[in-house]
Amino acid sequence: MDEKVAAVIDKYNADKGQLISILQDVQSELYYLPKEALIQVSDTMGIPLSQVYSVATFFKAFSLTPRGKHLINLCLGTACHVRGASKVLEQIERSLKISRGETTADYKFTLETVNCMGCCALGPVVNIDGEYFGQMSAGKVDSILNKYS
Amino acid sequence: MRKIKSLQDLEAFRNSIAEKRKLNKPCIAICSGAGCSALGCREVIAATIKEIETQKLREKVDIKTTGCPGFCEQGPLVVVYPQNILYTHVKVEDVAEIISKTVINGEVVDRLLYTDPTTGRKFVHESEIPFYKKQKRLLLGNNSNIDPNNIEDYIALGGYSALAEVLLDRSPEQVIEEVKRSGLRGRGGGGFPAGRKWESCHNAPGEPKYVIANCDEGDPGAFMDRALTEGNPHSVLEGLIIAAYAIGSHEGYIYVRNEYPVAVENATIAIKQAEELGFLGKNILGSGFDFTVRINRGGGAFVCGESSALMASLEGKVGEPRAKYIHTVEKGLWDKPSNLNNVETLANVPLIINNGADWFNAIGTEGSKGTKIFSLVGKVNNTGLVEVPMGMTLREVICDIGGGIKDGKRFRGVQTGGPSGGVIPESMLDMPVDFDELTKAGSMMGSGGMIVMDEDTCMVDTAKYFLTFLEEESCGKCVPCREGIKRMRQILDDITEGKGEERDIELLERIAATLKDTALCGLGTTAANPVLSTLRYFRDEYEAHIKEKKCPAGVCKALIQYYIIDENCVGCRLCEKACPVEAITFMGKKKPVVLDQSKCIKCGICKDVCNLEAVGVK
Repeated sequence: MDEKVAAVIDKYNADKGQLISILQDVQSELYYLPKEALIQVSDTMGIPLSQVYSVATFFKAFSLTPRGKHLINLCLGTACHVRGASKVLEQIERSLKISRGETTADYKFTLETVNCMGCCALGPVVNIDGEYFGQMSAGKVDSILNKYS
Repeated sequence: MRKIKSLQDLEAFRNSIAEKRKLNKPCIAICSGAGCSALGCREVIAATIKEIETQKLREKVDIKTTGCPGFCEQGPLVVVYPQNILYTHVKVEDVAEIISKTVINGEVVDRLLYTDPTTGRKFVHESEIPFYKKQKRLLLGNNSNIDPNNIEDYIALGGYSALAEVLLDRSPEQVIEEVKRSGLRGRGGGGFPAGRKWESCHNAPGEPKYVIANCDEGDPGAFMDRALTEGNPHSVLEGLIIAAYAIGSHEGYIYVRNEYPVAVENATIAIKQAEELGFLGKNILGSGFDFTVRINRGGGAFVCGESSALMASLEGKVGEPRAKYIHTVEKGLWDKPSNLNNVETLANVPLIINNGADWFNAIGTEGSKGTKIFSLVGKVNNTGLVEVPMGMTLREVICDIGGGIKDGKRFRGVQTGGPSGGVIPESMLDMPVDFDELTKAGSMMGSGGMIVMDEDTCMVDTAKYFLTFLEEESCGKCVPCREGIKRMRQILDDITEGKGEERDIELLERIAATLKDTALCGLGTTAANPVLSTLRYFRDEYEAHIKEKKCPAGVCKALIQYYIIDENCVGCRLCEKACPVEAITFMGKKKPVVLDQSKCIKCGICKDVCNLEAVGVK
């Protein structure tokens, strides 16, 4: 039993309708959703594990594998795409030697993509640990990543 | 805080705020919207607070962090009141000067003013700038006057008076009638008349009833709901409470997508403040009407913008849509009558109540009333949010407000309606923009994304982009959507890789027709629009890919080559250093470098870093 998980479930009074919010809060406590946490949510709330698992895998915001120290989110929205977001993505993948959705071997970086973060006017946009970098280009990638390593 | 229990209470409270503010204290308003955040406004805010402290001005000057006024390309934006001076591209280094010159002495800092790139003219006030001049900012206009975390700012500008009027003077039926007469149509995508939706939900049998504000803004390229929820959350909340009263609901939700943490935060604070003052809770304004609101965060699934999928997700289930033989207004959340409105739709409601349906329906076109916020992005000079009356032509929006195409390039098309929409070509630029005209053109209004494309945008790649997006976002419940989108994407993969065949176009059209007729929800039935509209207006581009194995825009990797333009290259070595695969060889100073095609991976970095336009694509 993880106390943090129990506290989150308590906060929502084990309300089944709040399953998504509960998983979101568990993930912000533990940085990802470990198998044990999903089992605990299922047991405590009386929701079949299959249903908890289906929610945890349906929504993009959830990760079932541990994430790195820094979370890189690259926007692939339309506005970012027409301004060359895929080139930025390729450069990050080359620099970190991982593909989107993966974490570096030293657990320093996780690279994820989102389909729009609503900063469309300044695309391509990269978000690292909540900080936005607008008007990105492949050429700017390495100097920004260096700030974090 | 004391609860407001009557109309007199509300007016007294509004007067007391006005009294407090009579002093005309100088105020520095800094935009903290998404765009300005990406340009470093947080540092500017911190520097301003620090400078005010150092100069010991805390008692004399107010600092306000506001939502997005829309002119994102020019951020970080700072407005100094009471003179209403707008500064653009403000950096930390500029803060001290703004305070000592403008705030204290009322002088204008010339170099921070907005300069029109074509005329070179400088502008002191927001309202004079061409980007704003042609707009009609009924919804966004207040964003630079409001601290979203201070309900007093909203009340000072007349906020919650529409709610008071509705609760104390009108019956639910009268409210529905007013909204119906206004002609307000849903701003989230479908354009369904809001008043009629309310009426159906009002008349539907069953208790309790639910109202939901949809801020699951999934359309890539659109961010107006974010700007409204972050910048003026009380306008959305007031609209939602009025909707609840009209429908007879006592429980509401604001569903915000996970990618908008600031919207969640500001809406949460807004709800709390509204509860404290008695705009939410029991016996609102002494009217006997009870209503509570809760916030739910989405989980990052595009399909959850669809009403039945959104409601499934509110119940804690996987966000899969269901067949809607029975509408959600009759059986929605927990199988009870549920009314879902988009954030922008709700923000219009207080305006309609305050000014009347006739005022509202005098704005716009025959079938589309009021204003619409568009997110004008992509290859246009003034990117940002623009709010215009329905019926303005695309040309006015893109050329006059948007300032034309970036870097003097040629306009190719504008994509509207997100993944359900299409691309509109240059020949149709004089088309008035409203719900019906866009649909006629094979696109749609959607939530108001307007992605401008220039000669460097490949239309086949654009269609492939949307299919890739939809393939990922399809929930997989129905076969036509799950399989159809995938097959279409595979065909476009082939075409962009030079493996396309002539029969591919016909096959695309056949799959598209099947999808339209058979998919379960709107995501699937409209999924083929980006392909169909690009085929309709840019067929030559598909043919160039298939027959000549060429990408005219120079985008599709398999069909292009980077090359050095020898006469422009001075051998500065920037590209040589940046090339990740050592495909570029330095041949000596003032001599053009040599690019080895066998090593080149076509990443395009050499073109990015080159300052002399010495790298070309063919």
